Amino acid sequence: MKRTIKEEISIVLSGEAGQGIQTIERLLTFILKREGYYVFATKEYMSRIRGGSNSTEIRVSSKPVRSYTEGIDILMPLTKESVEHLGNRVTEETLIIADNESLKLDNKNIFDIPIISIAKEIGNTIYSNIVAVGVILGLFGIKTKTIEDYLRERFEGKGEEIVKNNIKAASEGYKLGKEFTDKGEIKVIIESDESLKDDLLISGTDAVALGALAGNCDSIFSYPMTPGTGVLIDLANFSKDFDILVEQAEDEIAAINMAIGGWYAGARSMVTTSDGGFALMEEGVSLAAMVESPVVIHLAQRPAPATGLPTRTGQEGLNLVIHSGHGEFPRLVFAPGTLEQAFEITQKAFNIADKYQIPVFILTDQFFVDSYYNVKKFDLSKIENKKYIVETDENYKRFDLSKAENGVSPRGIPNFGKGLVVVDSDEHDEEGHLTEDLDIRVKMVEKRLKKGEVLVEDYISPELFGNENYKYLVVCWGSNYNVVKEAIARIDNKDVAMLHFSQVYPLPDSTVKYLEKAKKVIDVENNATGQFAKLLRAETGINVDKKILKYNGMPFSVEELTAKIREELK
Amino acid sequence: MTERKNLFSLENEKELDIAWCPGCGNFGILNILKNVLEEMEEITPNNFVLVSGIGQAAKIPHYFKNNAFNGLHGRALPVASAIKMANPELYVVAESGDGDMYGEGGNHFIHNIRRNVNITNIVHDNRVYGLTKGQASPTSQRGMVTPVQVNGVILNPFNPIAVAIANGATFVARTFVGDIKGAKEIIKKAIRHKGYALVDLFQPCVTFNKINTYAWFNEHTYKLGEEHDPSDKMKALELAFQEDKLPLGIIYEEKGKPTFEEQLTIYKENKDPLFKRNVDLNKLESFINSMR
Repeated sequence: MKRTIKEEISIVLSGEAGQGIQTIERLLTFILKREGYYVFATKEYMSRIRGGSNSTEIRVSSKPVRSYTEGIDILMPLTKESVEHLGNRVTEETLIIADNESLKLDNKNIFDIPIISIAKEIGNTIYSNIVAVGVILGLFGIKTKTIEDYLRERFEGKGEEIVKNNIKAASEGYKLGKEFTDKGEIKVIIESDESLKDDLLISGTDAVALGALAGNCDSIFSYPMTPGTGVLIDLANFSKDFDILVEQAEDEIAAINMAIGGWYAGARSMVTTSDGGFALMEEGVSLAAMVESPVVIHLAQRPAPATGLPTRTGQEGLNLVIHSGHGEFPRLVFAPGTLEQAFEITQKAFNIADKYQIPVFILTDQFFVDSYYNVKKFDLSKIENKKYIVETDENYKRFDLSKAENGVSPRGIPNFGKGLVVVDSDEHDEEGHLTEDLDIRVKMVEKRLKKGEVLVEDYISPELFGNENYKYLVVCWGSNYNVVKEAIARIDNKDVAMLHFSQVYPLPDSTVKYLEKAKKVIDVENNATGQFAKLLRAETGINVDKKILKYNGMPFSVEELTAKIREELK
Repeated sequence: MTERKNLFSLENEKELDIAWCPGCGNFGILNILKNVLEEMEEITPNNFVLVSGIGQAAKIPHYFKNNAFNGLHGRALPVASAIKMANPELYVVAESGDGDMYGEGGNHFIHNIRRNVNITNIVHDNRVYGLTKGQASPTSQRGMVTPVQVNGVILNPFNPIAVAIANGATFVARTFVGDIKGAKEIIKKAIRHKGYALVDLFQPCVTFNKINTYAWFNEHTYKLGEEHDPSDKMKALELAFQEDKLPLGIIYEEKGKPTFEEQLTIYKENKDPLFKRNVDLNKLESFINSMR
């Protein structure tokens, strides 16, 4: 079978955990991006260290691509089970490039290549992955220099022999790939754009961690929990170049209490976790509210309840977060939809938390943190970090009502100035000492709630994509930004627009105006009950007309969402 | 010295509505700690933070004039450790009851011993839950009848001394509020000790613990003499398991072990507390731009 693939290609690598899929993914995406292609990669994996069936999808295009597609143009299976694992995604159209001498697959679209024996000839089967990378790059006819340069950079630390063997492996694979295209069996025609080589290639995890650094985050306290752990690991790695205090706490309860202790002493601390870990942190959220401490919480959602599906994706944590902690107090909940937003929002989160002395959340999910694509280089020149701590005088009172502008009393820290800083989880007086005076109680409640009213000046408005005079409004939040956007672009109907919320709580004021204007509001979420739709109703009184919900642990694919939205336009 | 008298006393000390019962051992601890702070020239109300959790003992920061963080039940240690991590220039004491530190906060107790942050942990050990009116605490002795343990406690008491030594604590002491001089000396040494220091401080709960009274503690404790070598770990463990008569004094002490903060790269060259630092955005920009 001969096939020509134009403008865009979807390549899927699949195999067991531990077979090095991530290495292939990384090499391919970085080399292709440097050569001027738009790339996007996302993975799905099982909750195990070795074995199982995992896969990575790499989309390569002449236009920006940032979401998951069901369709597979080229599949590179590393195990026999891979093809079965991918199920309906493997169609008549899918070309399979495999070392079939070992896999023995039964499929008419197989391009058999002796990856393993080539690797053995070079000296070790561990080079199989690099041979495979070479094959794919051969299909694109990438400049060999780009490949060599990258491999050299990547393996330099491991010695010249390893570098040479990797380059040899890639070039042997490359020849095979090139042969397929030269014979016209597989043709990949995608325009490249030189200028993209300067783009960054980062993941959702990187975007949050870099945003934290840019927001002057100096400490992270966390207990590992998939998929939130990546931010902890990133910041630990960044701590080689930047001053960051990284501590793996004994549990999530310790983590958030440490973060609050950090802020008390003047640090800018964050925690990263997932739904189950956050459930344990709730008392800490309430503590932050009572002592009026800033705290930044990154929560990468996964399907729940309890341990749920540890490595899959979902948007089930919204209710948990907006209702977390006992008592009444203000909070801000952000849910970035793009990597650029994640970077900016996380940077801002530290300043907003500091300014209002409240908990600020960044809600992502497994799909978001594990996906990556190329973005324009970040411009940090406009970033402003303000520390709101004040140098205290002798008369300093931590919860001074007379100095509380909009409920925010100047925040002092120990040993900076002449004042003393006293905070208490009990209801307290202006000095921070516990009190059972019920009049003071009322004043303190009102003080804390007042901050919620002024937060509005830092609200992030929802983003409208499409025609302003829409009839159908597709509402989404968090990681569904790109898939909804791509589906709507495919539908290409001027009556349809997307409204994406990267601030999900409190709802920005413009929400009602947008919703009222639509003839039909269609809500898209990765959960079974439409948590955001319910929030919209609770806060605005407006019911969405239709909910498109997915909760099997996988993100929406462009194809399925396009079909589902089309269905609602009839 | 005189100018330091009352340095840690609140201006309204006389009118303070102290929440403890008359005769409570906490009063003694309050006085002891106040005297210790007054006597320690290096400590001021500003460079000192008293952190506590929940319970009667945990109210102690409210009767002092210094920085204070009165947090959640069992969570004094994570807060105290993080304060010290963020600003090693501060003297940090975490103070709470046996229920708070050894019960609700048991996990933090174990792991902060391992962490060895340079803080002092004073535990008001009265072997009962006072604030919630008389239930068993982790250190209550077997057979003690309470409103919940109606047929007597059947659990083995928690052994903080043995746990601390076993987990590598470098300063483990036990003292009694009835021995003012001894307690003062031990607390001072604990604060000056480099690393995590535990002071298990016996005190009677006059309302809910009718077993472990002043007289009981006097009768069932003895002070370690000069002959005790606190650097002898095996001997210390042996003392930790002594039940008929409980030893008071520095049971174990190991000098020179690096603290948590000393091992952090962020403080290797730059000793500034975190609040004085800012990320270098230019450096960050070039760092980010290398992700190509």
